[in-house]
Amino acid sequence: MAAPARKPFIGRPMLRREDRRLLLGDGQYVGDLVLPRMLHATFVRSPLAHARIRSVNLARAAASPGVAFVLSGIDLAKLLPPVADHQVSLPAKWRTAIRHHILNPRQALLAQDKVRHVGEAFAVIVAESRYAAEDAAALVEAEFDPLPAVVDPEAALAAGSALVHEEFGTNLIAELSAGKGDVEAALRAAPHRLERRFHHHRYAALPMECRGVVSEYDRRTQTLTTWSATQVVHWVRREVAATLGMPEAQVRCIAPDVGGGFGIKGHVYPEDLLIPFLARRLGRPVKWIEDRHEHLMCSCHSRDQIHDVAIGFDDDGRILAYRDCFLADCGAFNPIGSGATYNTIAHLLGPYRIENFAAEARIVATNKVPNAPYRGAGRPEAALATERAIDLVAGQLGVEPAELRRRNMVRPDQMPYSVGLLYRDGEPIVYDGGDYPAALDKALAAVGGLAEFRQRQSGARKEGRYLGLGLGCYTEGTGAGPFEGARVRIEASGKIYVAGGACPQGQGMETIFAQIVADLWQVEPEDVIVTLADTASIPMGFGTVASRSTVTLSAALHHASERLREKTFAIAANLLECGAQDLELRNGTVGVIGVPEIGVTLAKVAQAARPGWDHGRPPGIDAGLEESYYWEPPTVTWSYAVHAAIVEVDIGTGAVRIDRYAVAHDCGVVINPMLVEGQIIGGTVQGIGGGLFERFVYDQQGQLLTGSLMDYMAPTASDVPDIALAHVYSPSPLNPLGVKGLGEGGAIAPPVALANAVGDALAPFGAEFNTTPVLPEQVVRAARQSEQTTLSGAER
Amino acid sequence: MAEPVAIRLTVNGQRYEGTCEARKLLVDFLREDLGLTGTHVGCEHGVCGACTIMVNGETARSCIMLAVQADGAELGTIEGLADNGAFHPLQQAFHENHGLQCGYCTPGMLMVALELLRLNPSPTETEIREAISAVLCRCTGYRDIVRSIAAAAEAMRQDGKGSR
Repeated sequence: MAAPARKPFIGRPMLRREDRRLLLGDGQYVGDLVLPRMLHATFVRSPLAHARIRSVNLARAAASPGVAFVLSGIDLAKLLPPVADHQVSLPAKWRTAIRHHILNPRQALLAQDKVRHVGEAFAVIVAESRYAAEDAAALVEAEFDPLPAVVDPEAALAAGSALVHEEFGTNLIAELSAGKGDVEAALRAAPHRLERRFHHHRYAALPMECRGVVSEYDRRTQTLTTWSATQVVHWVRREVAATLGMPEAQVRCIAPDVGGGFGIKGHVYPEDLLIPFLARRLGRPVKWIEDRHEHLMCSCHSRDQIHDVAIGFDDDGRILAYRDCFLADCGAFNPIGSGATYNTIAHLLGPYRIENFAAEARIVATNKVPNAPYRGAGRPEAALATERAIDLVAGQLGVEPAELRRRNMVRPDQMPYSVGLLYRDGEPIVYDGGDYPAALDKALAAVGGLAEFRQRQSGARKEGRYLGLGLGCYTEGTGAGPFEGARVRIEASGKIYVAGGACPQGQGMETIFAQIVADLWQVEPEDVIVTLADTASIPMGFGTVASRSTVTLSAALHHASERLREKTFAIAANLLECGAQDLELRNGTVGVIGVPEIGVTLAKVAQAARPGWDHGRPPGIDAGLEESYYWEPPTVTWSYAVHAAIVEVDIGTGAVRIDRYAVAHDCGVVINPMLVEGQIIGGTVQGIGGGLFERFVYDQQGQLLTGSLMDYMAPTASDVPDIALAHVYSPSPLNPLGVKGLGEGGAIAPPVALANAVGDALAPFGAEFNTTPVLPEQVVRAARQSEQTTLSGAER
Repeated sequence: MAEPVAIRLTVNGQRYEGTCEARKLLVDFLREDLGLTGTHVGCEHGVCGACTIMVNGETARSCIMLAVQADGAELGTIEGLADNGAFHPLQQAFHENHGLQCGYCTPGMLMVALELLRLNPSPTETEIREAISAVLCRCTGYRDIVRSIAAAAEAMRQDGKGSR
């Protein structure tokens, strides 16, 4: 329908429209908001991991200068009774097909009877300044009866363990299982078998902007506006409305500029509900900005799974059976339910054809910070189990790990490939295209070639240097439902205004959706106005989680535009006195096909579409040029990648230096290659952080030992290598533009690729690295233990 | 609360005189009292570098300085980098090389880069990485920040703006 002469904007590395304000210091984050008469909140948080609250005395705090209001959890329960659970549940199709048992603990907005992790809030202070609020917080007198803390998920399941939630009588709060074939019989029949335990440690998203909320209640219109550093404005609005007993129409949530999210801001936290409550109650705007110390001990952590894997395989390394029983440590609460844990199950098979498979997951409560999805959301844990196990199988058979992977990979001629499991949307998992072996080849080529590396490695070993190559392959369901909403309007100026439910935190969505809409309407990106992350701009939206926004919002924009184009053409046909079938979009006009000089601008069409006298609409066409569309994806579309890492390991200091790192990935049609690379490299470096540096450490009393950035080591520019990228291209058949999601992917594979690389480097010592992160002390210990074994062997 | 203390300083060439609490952090003074919210607070313990500004021509972390310690000083922040809305070569290079995503660490990155290029107009990649390791970025994986600074160095050498 469109004139083909013009080069599409989709696919161009267009510079970002977001940059100007951010580079001038004109960005506006929640912390930058200042409202008249605004108060400042600070939370009083538990110093103990597990304790009964005997008393909370706020009298001295209330009398502190500048304090406007104080509130304990016990008082709050009287003022704001709990409402029905609004957690996102998995669809009925999934619930009926998947064996599961879930007890989901509800978190009070402020702890009432007991505290369940260090950092759980039990009171809030509101004052004229944050300084005054923090002064008062220091005057809160709270008495606790300490209870034994549970920090290890296995200990939490043992008889006699202290219970995080006594009402359940157990710390086992959920069980899920799925599988196909007959894994037990296949394991028994397999010529070889490998059993191992893998532990993916706990780390977190660590956006540079912590969380924050500012809320304001307008008494005249009885509406509440809340600004939150969130990835899900519509979800926040829904829960605020339910909690405060307000109609959703009288609650507006806006996420202004957000300084990174990566999943940690992808659900509703207690503060998202308490600050609006305080603003309404006090009749003054209230601001709360989380500090970094709070962030590390209150914002959700992620990962933290222990996998017990059994693999059966034949002499050629064909994997015949794969069984995985794993524990997921969800911490004190489980704010988003079983989604991420089921993600682990659904992604364990990765790019491989394995006929017999069974996975059983147990979600266990402990006295730690709650666990929620972070970039990868259950998939890095799956990749660790599967990809480490494959390297061990290869080692046992003496086969090159890359070759063993190739033998088991789904081949391109087998696409679309039905995996035989269900995704968490309840639909069968079908890989919708791709060339996994090609990605493997490209990743290896990008680090200099496998044969070349093996030569370099053996040369280095002769000099006492230890080089290793590690691979990490994964597949990733992206663009998950249930839906995303888009609204498209052509203004009388001819500008195209679009709104969507996606909520960016730096991805460049204003830029890419302008590119997409420019192509849909054959206009310049400058003619497209993009509004996101504001519930006032579109009634329903889902938000930006699960690598979904490019996929789901582009499809919603496409369908909304198709609807609107029909109306646009009907009005243009009336103006041009021709048939709508004779029209096409070209350069901001609706023109007659084959007659370049005859056309009418979109501005003219929009003016003709206005309500009132002297409009230019044909009979039967109502006024206005605006359409909405809520797109419900049929299911996820499958991105994939292969990461290859070459490391040099110093067995004296334990230091792991990344020599080369490459990612070969496929995200279908690329909207903006510059931003795609930025997403992949950014995600990969987060994964490298998780693989080598970042971890949360708790002591036996449940005290967080890594509660500052002096202890929690995020990678700096000097810690990470330049990363080579290679691209494989298979457009998705499941959405109009052929795109696949890519926001999370980069972070999935680095921990296992690095563990495999270090394992390969230290193969002469027989060392295995089955827990992450790979720390210097592990490396040194592995090398020394092996030397001691060799020595004691020689003495004998 | 203690009596407010008199404070006089220059920010981006503009003079300010007023009072503030002796305990007030410099970054809070800039953001709250002067309305210069372009400088961000990332950790409040001097590690992440988002709050980095120029104090008398050298980078400093404004979250671990008191405002009163800056009495009499000349400060520079991200708001002072452009020239009447025209990007500084560093801002232009960050724009052209995708040197920012969420923008939260960007004020600190720009200040650190500004100092680096003043001291070393032709830094190697390693030197750039070393310098910006003073600021944490969680979005970009650093590659495009490194490229941005290298591109800015090149541009500044060519039009002789290295001393600015």
